[in-house]
Amino acid sequence: MGILTSDNSRVCDTTGLKVCLQSEMLIKLNAVVAVVCLLIGVLAAFGLALTRWETIGLLDPLMYYRFTTVHGLNMLIFWILFMEMAILYFAGTVLLNNRNASSLLSWGQFGLMLIGMGMVNYSVFTGRADVMMTSYVPLRAEHEFYLGTILFAVGALLGTTNFFANLYVAKRDKTYKGSIPLVVFGALAAAIIAVFTILHGAVALVPTWLWSIGMMEAPDAGWYRLLWWGLGHPSQQINVCAMVAVWYLLGTLTVGAKPLNQAVCRTAFLLYILFINRASEHHLLVDPGLSAEHKMWNTSYALYLAVLASMIHGFTVPASLEVAQRKKGHGGLFGWLAKAPWGDPGFAALFVSLVIFGFGGGITGVTLGTHQINIVAHNTLRIPGHFHMTVAGGTSLAFMGLAYYVVPLIFRKEYSFRGLARIQPYIFGLGISIMAIGMTLAGSLGVPRRHPDIDFTDAAIKADLSAASPFMALVGIGGFIAATGALIFILLTVHAVFLGASNKGRAMTSWQKPEQDKLTRDLMSTNWNPEGAGLKPSGTSVLTLLLLAAFAIYYFANWKALADVWHVS
Amino acid sequence: MADQPHVAVTEGADDGPVHWLQKLLDNPWLLLFLGVVVPTLSYTVWGWVELVLMKKAELP
Ligand code: HEM
Ligand SMILES: [Cu+2]
Repeated sequence: MGILTSDNSRVCDTTGLKVCLQSEMLIKLNAVVAVVCLLIGVLAAFGLALTRWETIGLLDPLMYYRFTTVHGLNMLIFWILFMEMAILYFAGTVLLNNRNASSLLSWGQFGLMLIGMGMVNYSVFTGRADVMMTSYVPLRAEHEFYLGTILFAVGALLGTTNFFANLYVAKRDKTYKGSIPLVVFGALAAAIIAVFTILHGAVALVPTWLWSIGMMEAPDAGWYRLLWWGLGHPSQQINVCAMVAVWYLLGTLTVGAKPLNQAVCRTAFLLYILFINRASEHHLLVDPGLSAEHKMWNTSYALYLAVLASMIHGFTVPASLEVAQRKKGHGGLFGWLAKAPWGDPGFAALFVSLVIFGFGGGITGVTLGTHQINIVAHNTLRIPGHFHMTVAGGTSLAFMGLAYYVVPLIFRKEYSFRGLARIQPYIFGLGISIMAIGMTLAGSLGVPRRHPDIDFTDAAIKADLSAASPFMALVGIGGFIAATGALIFILLTVHAVFLGASNKGRAMTSWQKPEQDKLTRDLMSTNWNPEGAGLKPSGTSVLTLLLLAAFAIYYFANWKALADVWHVS
Repeated sequence: MADQPHVAVTEGADDGPVHWLQKLLDNPWLLLFLGVVVPTLSYTVWGWVELVLMKKAELP
């Protein structure tokens, strides 16, 4: 056992951090429920991938839409948000050397989110809510679907409030010196965006719920979409903040990295706080009710400031890994990468997620978010192609990497089948990449999203999309590989949590080779200056230029494609 | 911090004279306020006003 202290906490045997036992319990519960939701989402993913692969065409249309609803909600909302709650408890207590502020708020958070999640899933599984996660009015689900969503959101708001209370208590009790640590700052950015998000969700869904029980007229469809996307998109930005915070954390845990310049990293988070929420607008780019000025301002001018922030993190995270590796003596332009702990699933998940998010998600996101280009891409499979590279290949993979450390450090259980764990991030990353590339190419040919039958059998107007068949096969095959990778993660993690060997009383078994591990531990326990001489991140600079070149090519190719369909004389 | 083991994850920013931007970054309440109000005005309120002011289409 770790050393127990008088105030209901223990000292971690690996990192020496103080762990508040109540937080520990809440981290465990939220993480377990998150993984259960991931499992539901993954099972539905198999069905979706094998339906969109035309050769198999597994599900009939009704089931396809039900599975889409199950998948979207359990993945994007439940898995991600329960994980984020766990991260907030961790950041607000363990990283601040603090104890949890309010058991009432905390148990309220967990209880309401659990009940809400249960109600929504009950409604969807029993066929009472085939409305997909967006539940656009005037499409109507049964009332418990909306009430469940509202309870879930209120729970999340309580969790966020508790996080702010933790910040307050830590400051008051002076449990830390100077500014809060960068990882906590990232969590703070996520929590702030969450407040905006949840308030919008409440404003959109409370009237919709009242309508579903017959107490109100149906809300206006355009209004609902404006408000709903104030919930739907910013919640993805919570993911981005949480993911970046997890990247920094995993960078420290796996190679001993330190943020290069604290002020720059924090300012990047500030840009997220101020500007990223307007990204909601890109869902409304073909909505007739909003003016071009509103669309342009919110998707382009203001949003580019948030993109700038992503570019800063996209540089500083790999640069901090590179600098730490150089400090250990792994030089050369890419020698630091060659010597990286690729067999550590925490590091593998971090790096693969960084590459998929940056090269795949980032480039497609900025392109698709451009008002003009969006006209040719809106509601095609290019959109799921983009966001599976952000929320699945990026955020979800980073969270999986986190689990490879949270289970040994917080649950104090070791993973078995370690060989499989080491390759799991690669399997998932490869599958998601193949699927997303397939989706992007098929979408470029005009294949719609949210549609089980691209042959449009029996439709009055015929559309011939047969040229997309090979790409739909990529969706099916890549999707199958990705879902298998996710399933492996779930099985390994559940096994570790319930049947794994306990590591109480000693440090966790390292994922790395002894010599790698020793270098990392040594670096973590010394106070070194990442801006010191001879530590320039030149390899990362080369990678960054590569990214910019790839972006420029893709962006201009899209303008060209736009000009081809839309002749201006 | 002699009583606390040194752990890189919990390390805060360096000490020194405090810049106004750093003061803003160290004030979670002001950040919370700005983070809610700025996008609400730019996205929600502006969009809502446009929807409210939209005239009903005349049927031909
Ligand atoms: C495990 C591997 C995964 C596979 C094979 C997969 C596959 C798919 C497929 C085939 C679709 C349907 C696209 C369409 O027909 O329009 C879809 C939709 C979607 N997926 Fe995934 N996905 C996976 C993981 C994830 C993850 C981890 C997330 C989020 C964290 C996610 C979020 C979504 C969302 C939000 C939708 C849109 C649902 C809608 O249109 O309402 N997926 N996915
Ligand atoms: Cu979006």
